[in-house]
Amino acid sequence: MPGLVARVVVTPKRGLLDPQGKAVQQALHALGFGEVTDVRVGKYVELRLHDLAAADAEARVRAMCERLLANGVIEDFRLEVGTERT
Amino acid sequence: MRWGVVTFPGSNDDRDVLRVVERVLGDEAVSLWHKDTDLRGVDCVVLPGGFSYGDYLRCGALARFSPIMEAVRAHAAAGGLVLGTCNGFQILCEAGLLPGALVRNRSLRFVCDVVTVRVERTDTPFTYGCRTGDLLALPIKHGEGCWIADEATLAAVEAAGQIVLRYTDRAGRAVPEANPNGSMANVAGVCNAGRNVLGLMPHPEHAAERLLGGEDGLRLFRSAQAWLGRSAAGGRREPTVVPGP
Repeated sequence: MPGLVARVVVTPKRGLLDPQGKAVQQALHALGFGEVTDVRVGKYVELRLHDLAAADAEARVRAMCERLLANGVIEDFRLEVGTERT
Repeated sequence: MRWGVVTFPGSNDDRDVLRVVERVLGDEAVSLWHKDTDLRGVDCVVLPGGFSYGDYLRCGALARFSPIMEAVRAHAAAGGLVLGTCNGFQILCEAGLLPGALVRNRSLRFVCDVVTVRVERTDTPFTYGCRTGDLLALPIKHGEGCWIADEATLAAVEAAGQIVLRYTDRAGRAVPEANPNGSMANVAGVCNAGRNVLGLMPHPEHAAERLLGGEDGLRLFRSAQAWLGRSAAGGRREPTVVPGP
């Protein structure tokens, strides 16, 4: 039975200043990619899970995000749970 | 007075605080380890600066789950004094003991400087010996000191007088040019609703001896001493304790 993999993307909250994204956007403009209108730099977290029913996985990973992986004051997160690719 | 200083893996200002407590204040200093579960009867617990857990994930995000933090939380809930400087401030925000969060400096640069902060409130244990409007020269050294909160939180914190210290110019004006990291409303230090927990980005422990460039930081330590002495004597200014940030 293949294991589960959760993929979590954490981003700065909309409307919140992201100086890192701003700096990357300026660099992209300097490189001639003028079509870029906004850049937000976040984090990607990949979790391998075992002994967990697929039906329960999303709630568990959501709890992990809320408690640790993302700070709700400044960050949003989205997640997906899938099976491990081999 | 008995001060406890917590060492997390990656703390680096812990010894500096212990030194100030023992050598400058002449108080009792207790070194606490992050795996301890007991604060050993300290009156004030200090979460020092540094890079706990390598600042992994987010500054302070992992330290907040250290075993000692349960004891710190209980101490705070019981009205005990808690002071967080720099990384300690970040940990207190991550732990939800203080409002808001600390993110990358708006300039994206690490800042190392001496700044002026204005005392906004004197009804906290750590500013008890100051006057409103007093200006303190304190060192800062951080890359993630930009304090932010959503609009509702900022408004609530302002209304409740929880902004204790603000960055200003030398004339005491909270202008944008005096803001070293982009913090909202020039916030340098903020307290909880109960006023017994204070977090600030500047380092009072590095401004406690003339030889090291200034003594303004001592005013925060001495305030706590005076406040504790006063409340022990049945003083009138003991803050009411409200749990939560």
